Parts: sequence; C-alpha cells; structure tokens
Amino acid sequence: MDAGNEAGKPAASADAPQHRPAPNIPQFTKDEDLHAYREMLLIRRFEEKAGQLYGMGLIGGFCHLYIGQEAVVVGMQMAGEDGDQNITGYRDHGHMLACGMEAKGVMAELTGRRGGYSRGKGGSMHMFSREKQFFGGHGIVGAQVSLGTGLAFADAYLQNGKVSFTYMGDGAANQGQVYESFNMAALWKLPVVYVIENNRYAMGTSVARASAQTDFSKRGLSFGIPGEQVDGMDVRTVREAASRAINHARSGQGPYILEMQTYRYRGHSMSDPAKYRSKDEVSKMRDEHDPIEMVRKRLIEAHGVPEADLKGIDAKVREIVNESADFATHDPEPDASELWTDILLEARA
Amino acid sequence: MATDILMPALSPTMEEGKLAKWLKKEGDSVKSGDVLAEIETDKATMEVEAIDEGVLAKILVPDGTENVAVNTPIAIIAAEGEDVAAAAASGGQSKPAATEGGAPAPTPDMQAEGMADKSAPTAKTGDDAPRAPAAPAIIKNTAAAPVMDEFPPDSPLETQSVREALRDAMAEEMRRDDKVFVMGEEVAEYQGAYKITQGLLQEFGARRVVDTPITEHGFAGIGVGAAFMGLKPIVEFMTFNFAMQAIDHIINSAAKTLYMSGGQLGCPIVFRGPNGAAARVGAQHSHDYAAWYSNVPGLKVIAPYTAADAKGLLKAAIRDPNPVIFLENEILYGQSFPVPKIDDLVLPIGKARIHRPGTDVTIVSFSIGMTYALKAAQALAEQGIEAEVIDLRTIRPMDSETIVESVKKTGRCVTVEEGFPQSGVGAEIAARLMVDAFDYLDAPVLRVTGKDVPMPYAANLEKLALPNVAEVIEAAKAVCYK
Repeated sequence: MDAGNEAGKPAASADAPQHRPAPNIPQFTKDEDLHAYREMLLIRRFEEKAGQLYGMGLIGGFCHLYIGQEAVVVGMQMAGEDGDQNITGYRDHGHMLACGMEAKGVMAELTGRRGGYSRGKGGSMHMFSREKQFFGGHGIVGAQVSLGTGLAFADAYLQNGKVSFTYMGDGAANQGQVYESFNMAALWKLPVVYVIENNRYAMGTSVARASAQTDFSKRGLSFGIPGEQVDGMDVRTVREAASRAINHARSGQGPYILEMQTYRYRGHSMSDPAKYRSKDEVSKMRDEHDPIEMVRKRLIEAHGVPEADLKGIDAKVREIVNESADFATHDPEPDASELWTDILLEARA
Repeated sequence: MATDILMPALSPTMEEGKLAKWLKKEGDSVKSGDVLAEIETDKATMEVEAIDEGVLAKILVPDGTENVAVNTPIAIIAAEGEDVAAAAASGGQSKPAATEGGAPAPTPDMQAEGMADKSAPTAKTGDDAPRAPAAPAIIKNTAAAPVMDEFPPDSPLETQSVREALRDAMAEEMRRDDKVFVMGEEVAEYQGAYKITQGLLQEFGARRVVDTPITEHGFAGIGVGAAFMGLKPIVEFMTFNFAMQAIDHIINSAAKTLYMSGGQLGCPIVFRGPNGAAARVGAQHSHDYAAWYSNVPGLKVIAPYTAADAKGLLKAAIRDPNPVIFLENEILYGQSFPVPKIDDLVLPIGKARIHRPGTDVTIVSFSIGMTYALKAAQALAEQGIEAEVIDLRTIRPMDSETIVESVKKTGRCVTVEEGFPQSGVGAEIAARLMVDAFDYLDAPVLRVTGKDVPMPYAANLEKLALPNVAEVIEAAKAVCYK
C-alpha cells in the first residue's frame, strides 16, 4: 500500500510504521503517573462511548475520535498553567476533557442536546469554554493555527504572561496559512506553542505521500522557530518537551514547534474503514506503545500501586462516562426558539 | 448484566448493512478495543469494536446476513463473572441504558403558536413537517426614517473628506479604548496605502498600529483570534478584493463562532477597506462584495456614502460586539461633505437615511451608487419627476421598513449599485418589496447594476460596465411610465 516502498525511495523508510521511543525518558512521580493515567483513561473511555453512541445513531454527522493520541494533550496540559489558551481542529474531544471541560457537556453537545457546551448548536467539531480557556473546535483544516496565533497576539498585547497552545494535525501542517502564521508569530515573538500531532495520516493519506518534508519539527526552520520531535505516545516525554517549549514562549522568545509522533487507532472519522493501513500496523502500536497501558504497567511495576486501586480508577472513569452518556441521551434537544439566538450580540448603548 | 451489541451505524446515512464476518466466536472473552465483527455497507467494510469487557455469550445474527437494520441486537456480551448461559438466554432482550436512546431522538416541540403572523402568504406544508419559528424582527424602526436629522439642528458643521472622517473615527475610538488596534498592510510606517491611517502610528505607536506582511489569510485569522480574546481589532484590507484570501476567516471563523459556541464566544472585529471599482484597475481589483457579505448571518455590513456617515458608522462598528464588514470606496475617499462638529458622532447601524425626499419614485442605493442616484434625481426633478433617494448605509441588517414606507408613498422603486445583477443587493430589495409592498407597487422594481461581465480595463469598456446616471434616469422614467 505504500507507494514509497515500491519505488524504493528513502522517504519510505522514514515513514515506516515503527515507533521509536525517546532515549533518556524523564521519570514521573507516582502522583503524576496516577494523574496522567486517570486523565488519559477518561479520554479513552469517553471516546469509546462516543463511538458507541454514534453507532446507535445518537450522534450525527462527523465524529473524529482521539483514541491513541491521549498522551499528547494530557502531557501538554500537565506542563501548562491556568489561563493558557488551547485551540485545535476537529479532533477535539480529548482537548476539551484535558482542559477540564465536563464530560456531560461535551457528550450532550455530541448528541445535539440543550445541555451541550454550545447548547446543541455546534456539534462534535465546535465547542468552546471561555472559563477553561478552550477556544474550539474548528472545522476548517488549518484555520485554528491563525486563530491560535491571534490568541497569542492578544496575550502579547495584554502582556498577561499566558501562552497559546495551538494544535494541528500533520495534514493541517501543509496549509498555507500555517506558514503565514509562523512568519508573523516569529516576527512579533508571540507566545505560542504549535503542537503538530503527527498521527501519520491526513485522513487516508500517509505523511510520506503528502509532505515533502516529513520532519515537522523543521517546518519553522526558515522563520527561526525552534522545533523538536517528541515521542507523543509517552506522556512523560510530552510533558518534558512541552515545558521547554512553554518556557521559551512565555519568556518572550517567541513561538516553538513540537512535533508529537503519535497514532490514531480508529479511522479518520466514524465512517472511515481505514483501509489505507494494515491491521498489523495498528495492532503493533496498540500492543507495544499504548500510552495508557504504559502508564498502567509503570504504576503497578515501578510505583507498586495495587491493581485494585487502578480498577477503582477505571470504575470511577466509567461512571463519569456512563453518566455523561445517560445525560446526553435524555437531555432534551434545544428549544425551537434557539434557532434564532446567538447570531448577533446586542450592541450596548 | 448482559449487554446487547447493536448493529452500528457507520456513517450518517447508513440504515442497514451486511454482517460479513464474526471474528470472535461464542464463548470467547473480549475486552475493550477487540474487533468483534466486520460489517459491509454499500461504501466500505468496517469493523465493530467491543466497548465493554466480558464473554461473547451469544451471536444473534450469523455471518453473511444481509440487510441488518441499524440498532438490531447482533450479539450478547455477558459481563465479567456473569452466568454466560443465562445471559445468552436473555435472547437479545437485555437493554442496557445506552440503547434506550437508540430510537430516533424526539424532535423538538415545534409549536405553531410561537410563529408570528406574516403579512405575506406562506406555503402550506404537510401537517407533520416541523416548521421553523418566525425570525425575530431585527430592525425596530419606531420613528420615521431620519432626513438628515440625526444631529442636533444647531450642530456646527465642518467640511471633511471621507478619508479624514474615517481616520478621525479610528483615532477617537483608539483614544477611548485601549483594546482597539488597527492592523493591515502599510497601515503604520507608510501611513496607509490610501492614507486612511495617516498619523495613527505617530499618536498610538507600533503596539496599536501594526504593519503586517502581505498575508491576508493569516492576519485576518490572527485578528479574529485576538477578537476572541476580547481585543477589538480593526483589520484593514488594502482592498476587499484581497480579502478573498481571508474570506474563510471572515465567514467561518468570525461570523459563525458566536452561534456555534451557543453564545459564548463573540468576535468584536471590523474588517474595513476600499470595495468595488476604482478606475482602470481591471477585473481583479474592481469587485463590489456588498451582496456577498450581506448573504451571511452573523455579519453586519456597512457601506457609507457621506463623510458624516463614514465617521459615525465606523465608530459604531468599532464599538459593536459583532464582526462588521465596513465597505469603503476609493473614489469617495477624496470627496468632501459637511460633518457635524460634535464630540462623539456615533450613528445607528441598520438604519437607512432618506437623503432626498420625493413623491414619485423611490431610488435606493448605497456607497458610490448614491452619486448616480442623486445626479439622476436632480435631472428627473428638472423633468417634473420627484425622486425620493434612500441611502441604505447598512446593507445588513437591511432597513426594509424605510424602503417599504417610501414605496407605499411612491409606488415605484429603482435600485442602484455597482455590483453584479444576479443575487445582488437590488435583487434582495426587489424580493422584499414584492412580499412587503406588493399591493403598493405600480410597476416592477428595476435594478441598475454593474454589467454582468468581469470589469474590463479599456476606458470605454469600463465606463460601459459601470452603471451611469442616464441608466438611472431611464429606469426611473420607465417605472413612472414616462
């Protein structure tokens, strides 16, 4: 299936589905591992439940699941501070949960109910929380990169000491406005960390088939933006790299690029059979590099956490997710009058 | 408790599919993420993954079964420690909480009583078809449309060009609110490509008057992101032709986010710059976008003619909590008008102005179109036809009421714009008049527009492509049957 392989191009080996863990892995304390475990598990279980509700016809339209990529957003959040902004594309449920948005509100938005974060008017790709500094949820590939740079522009303008975490996929990283934004962010030294979640496929097109430069950490090179490739399956390496990037941005040195090498287990969206990659590739990642399983093992083997304790966490997470699904299936749809609200804000006299 | 595995919908449109193959057999234990079966739809083969852990107690739909409806139980999973035989015997009767909502969700209660009466007849729909509630009125004109009476009658006047008026509007609002800043190409050091931002850098500094690289898409997005954070950007486009590169952010990011966020995230931003034809700049620099932007809910669209309106409406636009498209005109920049010398000249968005009262025919225009309309009205008066000329000023929300009230008096209407005819502002006005003033019209509404061709370069052709005073006079006489 890999055209690069057939042609024997060197690019193919760079794209071969082998995941190389980083050397010198930083260690987490038991509490940090427990925190990461719980946060990632919540995303995993939430997404599985969303997939189930989609299968039952309760979630409509598009639904892009984050399963497999959990370590990226959880590690980033562990390095950030309150008030830092987050913005991403359409694979956004994990980011919202990691930002502290409630599972109930997210799930109810997926089912298009009035208790959803956007009162049922946004859907899977369009949720926001001013309180949690989550700025969406954007459905136009790459648009969030300019918008996230704008958040950082405001941070610099207001001199508030905050940083914008602007996420994009390997697909979005090829959009023109990304480089317009890199240019201005570097020019004006804006406090933004660009997180490129390289899950190897832009919908069904592998990185090697879409990108002349497959090392995304180099994408800011000509603007003088430092970048690094990060093992995005290991929450510890994510947090460490994130801390470096955030310090750089917060201290006024400008933008920073993190290429998170990660993997999505599911298709691009619910209606994607994912025939562009082999089953072995998927199961190898799942079996050998699962971000949650790695932490689980560590908690038991290195930190001596009893399995029963982890089962307790599992049960709690399942309870939150089940409650969110229950709420999202029983909460009423928005009132018909909502059709005409939130189009314009009233101008104050 | 036993859990039913339901036939999943794998796309928004899937109603049934073929259960191609079971990959687990009865008695197998399964955990979250295991692939249970393959399903074929008309488009693809997909996998069904287990969500819960347990033992596959019974397969209800065997391999190779065609036309399995979505949400049919296809297997039963016994929970950890549960009696597998008993679970299997439940025979697809076990209904976990999650499947209760499997039936189509109830439609919202759409009661007809919430719908306002409409003066126009509405088509009858099937009784069971849900109906949208009526749109709320946006323009609430309680008073008659102003005839240049928005300012205190004794206000001293000064003569100002549109250019100076726009600059003063920005400077005044920047003095008033630190969150207001202007960004765009050549707005700072160069003092503005059309000198609209002249002197702003000197007064406000580089933090608030920001030169951008030539990257409309990127800086429009940055402006919108800054507005999400509560800043009030004025994004200058060197011309609205270049805003085509940025239109995704104007529409998808600026106009729609308030709605998509359930009212959480507003976008107080002004996109401004010259719009439409200048002179001899060819097709790519001459497009009038008034109709385009006026098509989009979530935007306000302003296109002033006079310097006073330019100043008062730009100040209003900067204060407005919504994204505002402010369409200027290069030819008008240098034209001078009397502007009231008052402290804080802010005019209402969404209100048309009767620029010249008349009784025989209503001419509606905006921006540079007003120059044709007013000259035509003068000529018509000399021929005994008193035209009432309405300056729309705001294209969206459109002040229908002022137009309708005028047409009730005159019975005739001509629209004037430089934009293209199809789906233009004039087409919209004609449609509204047909619904709201049908019984008052004595003639069809006529549109004077730019010709339906890309703008030519040659001087003679360009002249032909634009509307002119003679065409307005001709249209006005035609609707008066003279």
